[in-house]
Amino acid sequence: MQENIENEKSIQDKLATIKYNCDSETHLILNQEKCVNCKEKTCTFICPANVYSSDGASGKIVVQYENCLECGACRISCPNGAIEWHYPKAGHGVVLKHS
Amino acid sequence: MVNKFDSDVIVVGAGPAGISAAITVADAGKHVVLIERASYPGSKNMYGGAIYTKALRDVFRDDFNSIPYERIINSHTWSFLTQESSFDLTYKNSFSKSAYAIKRFNLEAWMIEIAKKRGVYYIPNTLVKSLIKENGAVAGIKTELEEYYAPITIIADGVNSLLARDLGLRKDYDKHDIILSAKETIKLDKKTIESRFNLSDDLSNGANKLYFGSNFGKLKEYKNLFMMSFLYTFKDTVMLGVGANLEDLSKNKLNINDILDEIKKHPDILPLIQGGETIEYSAHLIPEGGYKKMPKLVSSGVIIAGDAAGFVNGVHFEGTNFALISGKLAGETARCALEKNDFTKKTLSLYGKKLNNSFILKDLYSYRNIIRELYKRSNSIEYYYPKKIKEFFEIITSANCVSKSSQFRAFIFNFIKERKISELFKDIFAFVKIGCDILFGK
Repeated sequence: MQENIENEKSIQDKLATIKYNCDSETHLILNQEKCVNCKEKTCTFICPANVYSSDGASGKIVVQYENCLECGACRISCPNGAIEWHYPKAGHGVVLKHS
Repeated sequence: MVNKFDSDVIVVGAGPAGISAAITVADAGKHVVLIERASYPGSKNMYGGAIYTKALRDVFRDDFNSIPYERIINSHTWSFLTQESSFDLTYKNSFSKSAYAIKRFNLEAWMIEIAKKRGVYYIPNTLVKSLIKENGAVAGIKTELEEYYAPITIIADGVNSLLARDLGLRKDYDKHDIILSAKETIKLDKKTIESRFNLSDDLSNGANKLYFGSNFGKLKEYKNLFMMSFLYTFKDTVMLGVGANLEDLSKNKLNINDILDEIKKHPDILPLIQGGETIEYSAHLIPEGGYKKMPKLVSSGVIIAGDAAGFVNGVHFEGTNFALISGKLAGETARCALEKNDFTKKTLSLYGKKLNNSFILKDLYSYRNIIRELYKRSNSIEYYYPKKIKEFFEIITSANCVSKSSQFRAFIFNFIKERKISELFKDIFAFVKIGCDILFGK
């Protein structure tokens, strides 16, 4: 648990270095029915920006699409193919200047 | 049949592949539009940190000299890490100019300026949602706002290439064919970088380090974790990143940023970045399926290039050169098809022939098994040999008042006895197989 908190803080600090032009709606659409029954919940640990977290009680996945780095790891890793992954609308999303 | 085309060629994606393709088409006086979803070219892109100049020269010719690079990368180090030790092999050629460190934001902006000068119509801020198919051929694209028609569309929309997948040119990726890479750009003083990496102060030298070995820090728990870390020096930043396979990450419930944080703490790496400030964090996928997982490269009215086609040689960290040259060959193929006024799959299959004659498919073919072989031997590469290297150099360097002959004998004895002898033969077999594949490839 301690490690989770550390990891989350590390990522939060790093995300703070990135410029985003946030969209007002999500570009990541989850099939929550599949998510509720998913045991692995791979998205919650694989995402380099911690976009996905599990809402403990319901087992649903909470999506903070605003932090998305648009890498696509979640879509390929999801064991149930439950992530409908689009690019953010034109001109939106991450704006990398030093990478 | 479409009544009127808006353009001769549409290129989707303004990265190295797309820009190179568009320039090649424009050079023949054809009308080409280059469409990019980002507002600023390069702002969605990320790489290790250096672009290869031979391919750049091929595409940009005389304009090449105006590239605003930060350093010339000509000191290359391969480093094997264990918990306490590191073993480095460095090759430095201070006069070599084969790779330039340049941030993608600056690289793509420069490439786009030249593309525009050479006649490419650049349309940023536009997301291609889908391809338009008519009579079984791709006839154009649909953006968020409008439809746009051309007899040839070149797909260069990067590793995730949703367009290639939607068109059925490839299946969805398997986890084990994809590397997830995360990277930090760390700001340091220019002079500090030059002293830490032993570089001259005129930006004519830069260093690149590749790290193997994952048997340190918290990563020790994951015995067979195959990962490669990299470091590139820029003018007043260094880029430190790591890549690991999505399947390994999933299996071990690991986040790539955790690995990056462990690497930053390694006693051989920490002093290089100490006092630096992270000014940007980024992540990207790398396709490593290679030759065996290559998509269909053409269909009627469409050609696919760069990362979208999986053109990467992960062993040598080559990708941008594959992108630039595959883009160029896609552009040449489009020119041929325009001359013939024939855009069928059959005519466009010239692209495959061109790729076959170039280093791209030759290298992809000879390296087709290598990444898999390396994965199979990950325990050797990441854990066993780095450990043995450490033991060997401890004998040589520790002056521990034990006779050398007994130490060397013990070393050889342990080298064979410490794990099953079959493992050694598997390593030798893999080594020979890899060697033969490369030498007798294409």
